[in-house]
Amino acid sequence: MDLRYSESDEKFRRELRAWLREAVGLHGPPPAREDWPARRAWDTAWQRKLFDAGYAGIAWPRAYGGREASLSEQLVYHEEYARAKAPYVGVNFVGLLHGGPTLIVEGSPGQKAAHLPRILRGEEVWCQGFSEPGAGSDLAGLKTRAERDGDHYRVSGHKIWTSFAQVADYAELLVRTDPAAPKHRGISWLILPMDLPGIEIRPLPEIHGETEFSEVFLEDVRVPVANRVGAENDGWRITNVTLRFERGTAFAGEMYELQQWLAEVAQVAKRATRSEARAWDDAALRREVGELQAELDALWALLKLSISQAGDSGVPGVGASAVKLFFTELKQRVGELSLRVLGRAALGRSDLAGLPVRRWSWEALQSLSLSIAAGTSQIQRNIISERIQGLPRERS
Amino acid sequence: MNFQLSEDQQALQQGIRSFCQGRVTIDHLRALEGPGFEQALWGELAEMGIFGLRLPEEEGGVGLRTADAVLVFEELGRALVPGPLVFSHLAAGLVDGAASGETVVGGLDLVCAAPTPYVVEHLEALDALLLLREDGVYRVDPRSLDARPVAVPLDPLTPVHHVPELPAGERIGDAEVARDLRLAGTALVSGLLLGIAEATQEMAVDYAKKREQFGRVIGSFQAIKHILADMFVRQEVARAAAYAAGATLDFPEVGDVERAVSGAKINAGEAAMKNSRACIQVHGGMGYTWEIPAHYYLKRTWVLESSFGTLEEHCEKVAAQIETAA
Repeated sequence: MDLRYSESDEKFRRELRAWLREAVGLHGPPPAREDWPARRAWDTAWQRKLFDAGYAGIAWPRAYGGREASLSEQLVYHEEYARAKAPYVGVNFVGLLHGGPTLIVEGSPGQKAAHLPRILRGEEVWCQGFSEPGAGSDLAGLKTRAERDGDHYRVSGHKIWTSFAQVADYAELLVRTDPAAPKHRGISWLILPMDLPGIEIRPLPEIHGETEFSEVFLEDVRVPVANRVGAENDGWRITNVTLRFERGTAFAGEMYELQQWLAEVAQVAKRATRSEARAWDDAALRREVGELQAELDALWALLKLSISQAGDSGVPGVGASAVKLFFTELKQRVGELSLRVLGRAALGRSDLAGLPVRRWSWEALQSLSLSIAAGTSQIQRNIISERIQGLPRERS
Repeated sequence: MNFQLSEDQQALQQGIRSFCQGRVTIDHLRALEGPGFEQALWGELAEMGIFGLRLPEEEGGVGLRTADAVLVFEELGRALVPGPLVFSHLAAGLVDGAASGETVVGGLDLVCAAPTPYVVEHLEALDALLLLREDGVYRVDPRSLDARPVAVPLDPLTPVHHVPELPAGERIGDAEVARDLRLAGTALVSGLLLGIAEATQEMAVDYAKKREQFGRVIGSFQAIKHILADMFVRQEVARAAAYAAGATLDFPEVGDVERAVSGAKINAGEAAMKNSRACIQVHGGMGYTWEIPAHYYLKRTWVLESSFGTLEEHCEKVAAQIETAA
């Protein structure tokens, strides 16, 4: 049990910090949130800069152009990245953190060569076509149908919650290739070029009023069989493959940002006034902040414990599922607290009286997605109780 | 940076766990209700090096670090080992005979927000009583006190006396020593609380796998499974915080010692409190009885929660640090 970073970690930190300080400033402010073409350009241009500096794909294996940083370097990377307020991964999210890593593990040599370098350089944007209106937590119940027609599949169906669909070049698409098989055994994983005929994208406004999500309607879309990743009907396994080199560090940046948000909430509470006193003069509020800070520190320690356990095997430790549940809860609690600190200023969504209302209200609203996306908190509890604690399984 | 337990640490933890499983069974604890102390057990704990764990080898100790001690106290907490464990460990090197178990040492942290009324644990077993004040550590002869036994203690394994007046005592350590003892003591209590959070999680899971209602084991109902999953999460969060406190005390350059220690007490305290309550709930009517040990864990948690600063005090401390940082 040693929490000290090595001298080489610290050297990595110094170099990265110096590079970020200059690069973040030069990249300028982000475009308007609803201007999707501009957001794609801004996000992918930043990805290209990371690539040129040798910081793209921090966890990716070197053989595929990544940095293959050690676990402690990955933590340093996420700490420094958040500290520098460097651009969010944005439209590159699915390609860098899910589609690309899946190709690294399961893709053919041709598929890897065609996509991985372009994802790393910010030349290719991906989205995810997994969920359907009738297949949420029960993802394996998906109905989008792919029928073989010579060297193509003819795909028809309806996908939903597809982030960045409006600007994506490809989708990781789950389809049913054998409707007669048990539901987990008839699914295949396809690389869907988003410019094929028969694809209709309908943006879907979310709780904060923005349209990151879309619905994607597929009508007789012809996808080459060569775009299938892995064997036919083996898509469920591929979807659940352990992306070993990710080792659960993907959340680290967001955790660090949450620490920064809480510190900001404390600062604002010290100047926000309540008739005669500051918000900070309320002992209950101070204790709430103190407890949240202690819990955030514990979360950060839990991440270190979890990735240390992953060090040898590459498989995140038992803490990894606990990390997601706890992070989700903490971010929603900080969001709730931040709105209470703003008081009635939070009734608008623009900055008022020097208070950062716009950003905080957006974050508080966005935090509601965390307990739903990527496995709801209820599904996470099922996973913990069944896979770790050994309790009887739900029907699936 | 490697936060895993080393092989030595795993062996240490396993050794203490097997000792406790064989020696401090629930039946044994039942027999200790009332006195809450057994001289023979104390001698065996001393022989295992529990009190002299962090004392340098040249002074007759084991020469281990605080992170190791947290692991040991985690096991003692899990087994509900009774007695003034934390103060006897802290007194090693400060009070003759503490490390060897010949002198049984208890204590009171008078720096905490609400030290009065003075309620001393395990007074009858004590040979020395330490008082932690801001300006130093003071030693008092427990037999010289006008102490009144409390007829029925909250924790049947932690007898208590009310002591209306405390003497000044003999100063045996300066302010720095007092601070070090409070920090280490808080980390060790966090270890005990972590052990309770784990034991109650395991006990509840075991019961939920066996107990049947409506023709199914109750652990197949999501209403129960989700309680158990939350217990697991709290236990893991508490573990990370308690281990981090030990590792930070050993190498202060990795963080802020005060904040790490407060964080351990907050998270381990919450985990022990919520898990021992949930353990009673999962056991249903049986959980409410004296028959099964679920009540021991909650009662011990209440005792430990009041030691070395309450949840509220530590939350205020951490908040004040944010104030300084901002």
